[in-house]
Amino acid sequence: MTGRSLLDNRPLCGAVGVAGLFCLVELAGRTGFIDPIVFPLASTIAGRAAALAADGDFLADVVSTLGAWAAGLLLTVLVAVPAGFALGTMPRVESALRPVLEFLRPIPSVALIPLALLLFSDRFDMKIAVIVYAASWPVLINTMYGLKDVDPLAKETLRSFGFGPLAVLWRVSLPSTAPFIATGVRLAASIALILAISAELLAGGASGIGTFIIEAGSSPDALEFIVAATIWAGVIGIVSNTLFTLVERRLFRWHLARTEGAR
Amino acid sequence: MLEISNLTHTYGSGPGAHHALGGIDLKVAEGELVCIVGPSGCGKSTLLRSIAGLLRPTGGKVVLGGTAVDRTPDDLAVVFQDYSRSLFPWMSVADNVSLPLRRKDMDKKQRRSAAMEALEQVGLEGAAAKYPWQLSGGMQQRVSIARALAYRPSLLLMDEPFGSVDAQTREDLEDLTLRVRSHHNMTILLITHDIDESVYVGDRVVVLSKAPARIVGDLRVDLPAPRDQITTREHPDFVHLRAEVGRLVRGMRSQSAPAS
Ligand SMILES: Nc1ncnc2c1ncn2[C@@H]1O[C@H](COP(=O)(O)OP(=O)(O)O)[C@@H](O)[C@H]1O
Ligand SMILES: [Mg+2]
Repeated sequence: MTGRSLLDNRPLCGAVGVAGLFCLVELAGRTGFIDPIVFPLASTIAGRAAALAADGDFLADVVSTLGAWAAGLLLTVLVAVPAGFALGTMPRVESALRPVLEFLRPIPSVALIPLALLLFSDRFDMKIAVIVYAASWPVLINTMYGLKDVDPLAKETLRSFGFGPLAVLWRVSLPSTAPFIATGVRLAASIALILAISAELLAGGASGIGTFIIEAGSSPDALEFIVAATIWAGVIGIVSNTLFTLVERRLFRWHLARTEGAR
Repeated sequence: MLEISNLTHTYGSGPGAHHALGGIDLKVAEGELVCIVGPSGCGKSTLLRSIAGLLRPTGGKVVLGGTAVDRTPDDLAVVFQDYSRSLFPWMSVADNVSLPLRRKDMDKKQRRSAAMEALEQVGLEGAAAKYPWQLSGGMQQRVSIARALAYRPSLLLMDEPFGSVDAQTREDLEDLTLRVRSHHNMTILLITHDIDESVYVGDRVVVLSKAPARIVGDLRVDLPAPRDQITTREHPDFVHLRAEVGRLVRGMRSQSAPAS
């Protein structure tokens, strides 16, 4: 294997990068460039992260965060896809709501957590509410964009066989928009994870990765715990993104074939 | 079977308005294959879309089988020029062909066998499980013809159906259209800008003028059947007719030149 083909293999190339950073951090600690009291050694963090994977309390926190994440994401799809279709198919409703949407969209969702805390007495409900709010945007926008991209000739073809507007929506607009919705859901999944952990960090609560991080702050090895837990949060994000990408590729092969063919 | 009277259509309004159809009167008998020729941009597609009920013309009337067309009629199928956009890429070839049959009183099995039969007629039974984007352009157009055939419409509208395939495929598809017609006794309206094609395929050739389109010629084609790509095209009547149609299409062009 030549050096070029090694770098062409993306997962391998990524693994080399991670290993490189690991060695760098480890070396910086060992040579005293970064005092291990200020930032722990890479090997210490790795050990701590491995230990957390077998720690029942931490796993319960992970399950709790993932539960809120999944429930929030499901609700997001149920809310944002129909909303996207409503806005995408009714231009008047869209132009009436456009100013409201343009105002709300740039507000960082995390900034709404204190407001959500006041509005919802139940922590879980609050978490779900902020997840749904934040994660709905990419799904809504992608659904509307996908609807605009539906080929008018495809709709006309079905109409010419005597199908009505609802049948056209169901049999042409929806399948044609599906790949865009899927991309929106993949983005929404990352956002939902961020919001779930942010809500736990800001509002505490009984369990969750964010709660674990807050509580770890009072332990003597706080930094090690916090970094190790954060690494696991990152791993969950990567795994979710990879799974969504794989499912997208498999389900929407036709869409890839078409967009690549058009180039 | 099809009666078009004083059909006019104007796109837009005010100074930017475009008069596409300038009063079309046309009668098509049951089982006839009528070719409509005219220069590109003259309003051929506009005429077809009005007949299919896809567009509401600004004036005049289209009567199909005794009833006025005000929405897409049930008993009609369209083959569009842009086959790649008119087939659904998320469905297999067989599903594309059987989808319109949901409008009919057929169960899944009947739809499937009707689709397979139509695919066989166009010589694509082997491609049933493939996706449209895995096929060549000519094959895709054959799929969309199969989709129209499976539907068994009494009127088949074709909008420059062979405009973007290679010459060999084009001849094959012309002969396929002729076979289909004699097999199903369908009424077919085929739009083309190719003069030779109109004479070769049609029982009748209707010539449209430049926009706003009017009928400037309506010629009967009495060439011996069955038609053959080589012998028909060298038949004296063929040569004579294509010259006539050519003159009609071109004649209008030179007449309207000083006016613009
Ligand atoms: N939706 C539309 N809006 C405005 N003008 C149109 C529209 N569709 C077609 N036209 C114009 O009408 C004329 C006739 O179009 P068309 O019927 O497609 O011509 P053809 O099929 O004969 O090439 C063209 O000049 C075209 O630019
Ligand atoms: Mg046209």
